Amino acid sequence: MYETCVVLFLFRSVEHTDGQSVLTDSLWRRYSEFELLRSYLLVYYPHIVVPPLPEKRAEFVWHKLSADNMDPDFVERRRIGLENFLLRIASHPILCRDKIFYLFLTQVFFFYLADSRLKALNATFRVKNPDKRFTDLKHYSDELQSVISHLLRVRARVADRLYGVYKVHGNYGRVFSEWSAIEKEMGDGLQSAGHHMDVYASSIDDILEDEEHYADQLKEYLFYAEALRAVCRKHELMQYDLEMAAQDLASKKQQCEELVTGTVRTFSLKGMTTKLFGQETPEQREARIKVLEEQINEGEQQLKSKNLEGREFVKNAWADIERFKEQKNRDLKEALISYAVMQISMCKKGIQVWTNAKECFSKM
Amino acid sequence: MEGERRASQAPSSGLPAGGADGESPGGGAPFPGSSGSSAVLQAEVLDLDEDEDDLEVFSKDASLMDMNSFSPMMPTSPLSMINQIKFEDESDLKDLFITVDEPESHVTTIETFITYRIITKTSRGEFDSSEFEVRRRYQDFLWLKGKLEEAHPTLIIPPLPEKFIVKGMVERFNDDFIETRRKALHKFLNRIADHPTLTFNEDFKIFLTAQAWELSSHKKQGPGLLSRMGQTVRAVASSMRGVKNRPEEFMEMNNFIELFSQKINLIDKISQRIYKEEREYFDEMKEYGPIHILWSASEEDLVDTLKDVASCIDRCCKATEKRMSGLSEALLPVVHEYVLYSEMLMGVMKRRDQIQAELDSKVEALTYKKADTDLLPEEIGKLEDKVECANNALKADWERWKQNMQNDIKLAFTDMAEENIHYYEQCLATWESFLTSQTNLHLEEASEDKP
Repeated sequence: MYETCVVLFLFRSVEHTDGQSVLTDSLWRRYSEFELLRSYLLVYYPHIVVPPLPEKRAEFVWHKLSADNMDPDFVERRRIGLENFLLRIASHPILCRDKIFYLFLTQVFFFYLADSRLKALNATFRVKNPDKRFTDLKHYSDELQSVISHLLRVRARVADRLYGVYKVHGNYGRVFSEWSAIEKEMGDGLQSAGHHMDVYASSIDDILEDEEHYADQLKEYLFYAEALRAVCRKHELMQYDLEMAAQDLASKKQQCEELVTGTVRTFSLKGMTTKLFGQETPEQREARIKVLEEQINEGEQQLKSKNLEGREFVKNAWADIERFKEQKNRDLKEALISYAVMQISMCKKGIQVWTNAKECFSKM
Repeated sequence: MEGERRASQAPSSGLPAGGADGESPGGGAPFPGSSGSSAVLQAEVLDLDEDEDDLEVFSKDASLMDMNSFSPMMPTSPLSMINQIKFEDESDLKDLFITVDEPESHVTTIETFITYRIITKTSRGEFDSSEFEVRRRYQDFLWLKGKLEEAHPTLIIPPLPEKFIVKGMVERFNDDFIETRRKALHKFLNRIADHPTLTFNEDFKIFLTAQAWELSSHKKQGPGLLSRMGQTVRAVASSMRGVKNRPEEFMEMNNFIELFSQKINLIDKISQRIYKEEREYFDEMKEYGPIHILWSASEEDLVDTLKDVASCIDRCCKATEKRMSGLSEALLPVVHEYVLYSEMLMGVMKRRDQIQAELDSKVEALTYKKADTDLLPEEIGKLEDKVECANNALKADWERWKQNMQNDIKLAFTDMAEENIHYYEQCLATWESFLTSQTNLHLEEASEDKP
């Protein structure tokens, strides 16, 4: 089944280092192409907290809201989410310079990047000396995900109930109208009060539609939690790699030492064959020591570069995490404030409708 | 129908100063929910020997109207309301104050039942004392209603709360049920006290004043159960005939009653549903605030904002609880009473039709010489009087009832609107103060680059 294509009308000025602005035409992209872009960014910028995509399927729906991916409201919210995703990349100091990102925005055909490193993201392994900061970050991201999910679930239920309260009042409208037909003195008051009940009942649709946008803002950070975890995993991967390399090096060094000194502490296949088939010649031993020494040298170089790589990663990652934290604090605060603004608007509408209704009732 | 009325047409809201019935928290107000405005006409028609003072028309001025739109928040103790009346310096129509309170459970070997304490304060001469305290159970109320219907078949007797509610009732004596019933019984007695005719009914007086054993022995007098049943059967049979010759105005009345009954039943259902939805909304909201507190535990920079949001949500939660209780105190009992009233009215129509049918059958007998015709003209004369009395009684009471209904409904819905306004105003204030505090903080902080 084909998804609806999401149209992007983006007028982008992509600023290159030479200060040139390029205006591009619009082009069409599907949701899955956005997913490809993100996977690429995850792999090639392991230390960056990569902005998340909006949800693939509508989740945390309250029953009146459609769970259908083709629903126009859902499509519109997804469009906003995708736009937001691109804007976040465009405003990221490092990601905005990425060539593939530029191609995504400009080229019609976007090639698939099958990279083995993508698979590594999902592997499981144990790290002996985990970096506390990353462990804490992982815990934080777990907490963030759990609390936002909970919040979204309850919000959806609250929205459902609120919908019920408003809509039932609409029934008053109908019955008042019918009743007014048999009342001489009360009739007018009833009729007009009924009208206000209808207004009240229908006002909830817009109110809850607005609240969906607030929910989307929270959802983005729900998915950001996953992005944070991805950075932690990448760090773990590097750490594991490092530990394995160090372990390997240590074992080789020990082997070498034993060969040189003649003591056998470690098990080796050579040791076994010596026992079975007789001692090896000094020339043979010399050859073996030489090979090992070469390998040890190589190993030490590799370990050095891995250590360097690791430190670079940590430095860059924490820089981006700090940036992310500030962005998160700003965004969430803004979202909470916008929630308050929505509530205020809802209250004002309520006051108006009920004041009108009260006037009608008192005139009955 | 309106022509002959001399009674005051002043816009009485149906309530004396002091707030609506059934809103007072504990003991219940000694004020009925309606005023008698067609009292004078009633006296003429029924030719009863009444004390003129008691029937003075109660005319309200506008200032009193404002008093009636009390916020239900105001304390409405019976004492404060009595004081209010005295302060108003009004014509003292009310000389019978009744409260129903203190439900008590009684357990015997055969059954368990609840009694209610009924306190009566009066200045009327025909009462032996000025204050009475008795205990009555629901059965006793049923008896009283039956006697009133018997004595005044075409008057609109106030309805009693239902015997029991079939669906949703787990335990017959849960607290909500008892409280709802108590309020309704209180209303019932006060409506009778307010009624220009019924208030002087002898059985009513005995109900209010007699000790338990006195009441029992009094109850035993009067027609037995079987004869009453026989009457009912005859009544049903003959009322069918009465419908054919029903005068035009009663046809109109009947149509109104049928439609009104439909509509008020719907409104009852809708109102109950709204209460249910509000309750469920409240239950969900209770969970919503605390999640923000939980979240604040893992966010250093957003702690204050999140905690403030949580407290705003909690305050709105409390406001919604108050709105709910306002609904159940003011609107729901009133609407439900009128549901029961509409059933009552249909009964009254039937009885009127039955009385007419009696006359018609005798006239028919005379016309066709079916039975012994000597005594018939005299009987017919008596019956004609009876029919005219019954019709006039109903007509007058109907007008009174309609007026009260309009006032009660108007007040109940105005109250509901007021509750909602108050609710939204509270929530608005909460969120606005949150917003102010946030923007103040924001202005204090150094402006950062925005993405």
